[in-house]
Amino acid sequence: MIEAVGLTKRYGAKTAVHNLSFQVRPGVVTGFLGPNGSGKSTTMRMIVGLDRPTSGQVTIGGLPYAQLPNAPRQVGALLDAKAVHGGRSARLHLLSLAQLAGIPARRVDEVLGVVGLQGVAGKRSKGFSLGMGQRLGIAAALLGDPQVLLFDEPVNGLDPEGILWVRNLMKQLAAEGRTVFVSSHLMSEMALTADHLIVIGRGQLLADMSVQDFIAANSAGFARVRTPDTEPEGREKLTAALVEAGGQVLSEPDGALRVTGVPLPRISDLAHDADVRLWELSPHQASLEEAYMRMTQAAVDYRSTADQRAGLWQAPGPYAQAPGYGHGMPPQGWAQPAPENPYPALPGEQPNPYAQQAAVPAAPAEAPAAPAAPPAAPAAAPADLTKRDSEDAR
Amino acid sequence: MTAPSVSNYVSPIPVRRATLADALASEWTKIRSLRSTMWTMGIMVLLVFGVGSLIAMAAGAAGDDVGNNASALGFAVFGVLLSIICVITLGVLTMSSEYNTGMIRTTLTACPNRGRVLAAKAIVFFLLVFVIMLVSTTLVAMVDTAMIRGNGLVETTGPMWLKATFGVSLYVALLGLLALAVGTLIRHSAGAIAAMLGLMLLPMIMAAFMVADSLTDLREFLLEYSIPTMLFTIYVTPSSGSGPEGWDAVFVMAGVAAVALGGAYAALRSRDA
Repeated sequence: MIEAVGLTKRYGAKTAVHNLSFQVRPGVVTGFLGPNGSGKSTTMRMIVGLDRPTSGQVTIGGLPYAQLPNAPRQVGALLDAKAVHGGRSARLHLLSLAQLAGIPARRVDEVLGVVGLQGVAGKRSKGFSLGMGQRLGIAAALLGDPQVLLFDEPVNGLDPEGILWVRNLMKQLAAEGRTVFVSSHLMSEMALTADHLIVIGRGQLLADMSVQDFIAANSAGFARVRTPDTEPEGREKLTAALVEAGGQVLSEPDGALRVTGVPLPRISDLAHDADVRLWELSPHQASLEEAYMRMTQAAVDYRSTADQRAGLWQAPGPYAQAPGYGHGMPPQGWAQPAPENPYPALPGEQPNPYAQQAAVPAAPAEAPAAPAAPPAAPAAAPADLTKRDSEDAR
Repeated sequence: MTAPSVSNYVSPIPVRRATLADALASEWTKIRSLRSTMWTMGIMVLLVFGVGSLIAMAAGAAGDDVGNNASALGFAVFGVLLSIICVITLGVLTMSSEYNTGMIRTTLTACPNRGRVLAAKAIVFFLLVFVIMLVSTTLVAMVDTAMIRGNGLVETTGPMWLKATFGVSLYVALLGLLALAVGTLIRHSAGAIAAMLGLMLLPMIMAAFMVADSLTDLREFLLEYSIPTMLFTIYVTPSSGSGPEGWDAVFVMAGVAAVALGGAYAALRSRDA
């Protein structure tokens, strides 16, 4: 059990973590989510006593980390897989950590087996790939057979098989009654691994709830409505009627409408009254990834801007007519969110200041890579707990 | 809220408190598993023994009168002086390499008692350097005294032998501890090594420019207490009659190293890793 109370960390003028309070319980995998720079790693470092909180405190089983009788036997942590001396072999690295905590030396070979590094145990870790480094870090965390485990981005650099292995390992460790606290910036990964979620943005708590509650609270549904392509005036008529009825209407790239705030039967009635035929009227559920993106949108610190290549444009030449590859033809299909705002504000939500600026007024090139694209989940996160549908930006 | 206790999972491996002995074992594993240790210690032995015996051999062949109340043991000083560079490098690296690689975070997570980590590192490094240095200086002393007699050298005595082996090894190992403390304070390998070399050479260079009369005392002090000069005084009692002599150099270095380690401990404790 990890308990943080009013945890705050300031580096000079920058507040990395602000008044964070949460509990991490044993027996379940708790996901720790937030965009890059939101304070996840700082929080983890404070849990294991590497950084001293500016105010507040965090305890493990009621004691601060430094006061635990033998910390590595109670808490195992993978904070940074690169935090090893590359000149030392994997086995001797683990042996030195085992000796430091009075753990029997034979435990080293056990954990090397668990993470599958027996074959390279005698090799210097300098030559390890990112994935092998992660495995070595996980081995170090498991060394003390601890009750509490912290993992900071454990699947970084792992291959699909490795990701699956980590996922199952976390669940197994939690099933044994341990406290498992895993940070990630990938909602899709957490949706598969975690039972409980703690979401932070800009160092502040955004959500602390079970995955089910998170989905229920954050993934609002919407209706997709399509009028005949041959009758554009019908589309406008219907839009006007829907807005009048209190709905919010956004257009999708293929000409369909995304309607929120009006129940499906009512949409049908409105269309009937307006004398507009419908080609499609379908209910949709927003994905967990989208719910997360919407929640943390305002809290993203690092945001890409369009690559303008200012000053690099040549004088208009014969090819100047085609500034973009897909100019005038936005990619068709279900998989494309509305380009002007992929994560529209839900009814009752504050308008997002960033969302507005994201609507770039006619960027010089509708470049092949859309700016501010949502981070793609790893290819190795296939199925999802939630229904993935047209929302999926991948 | 029903707070379940942390003991939901109980490890079958018996838990016991970690001690300084555990930290010493860990640091010994760390220091012996790195190539930088092999390189620096190997070159150190080579310099102490090789340079020490070569110079003695050359002096013996020339047969000139050395005088200046020196003994045959004194020829070892040049090798030891050069080997100090190796000791400084390893001393700095013992701590700063943990910072450069990020290993310090893993170490301090595995042992939140930072004082214990520093103590274990200092003890292991000190003993390693001291033992290797003791063996090397004893060997080179035996070779030198066997190779040259006469040349106007004074006869070697028991206390002289003790100083030339045990005393010199202590002095060099303590200097290594100073480097380890500087490595902890600066946390950057190149920076800390440069700082240590500066500390070693700067006093003599500064003294060379202090020609004004009002600075005479300061110049004398810088010359007499510079690291190389103090090493010489362990072998040969200076004729000037002032400054450190005999075991003084060892005591001075012990004091400086203790102060620096105290500062390193305070910094290690207060800083975020």
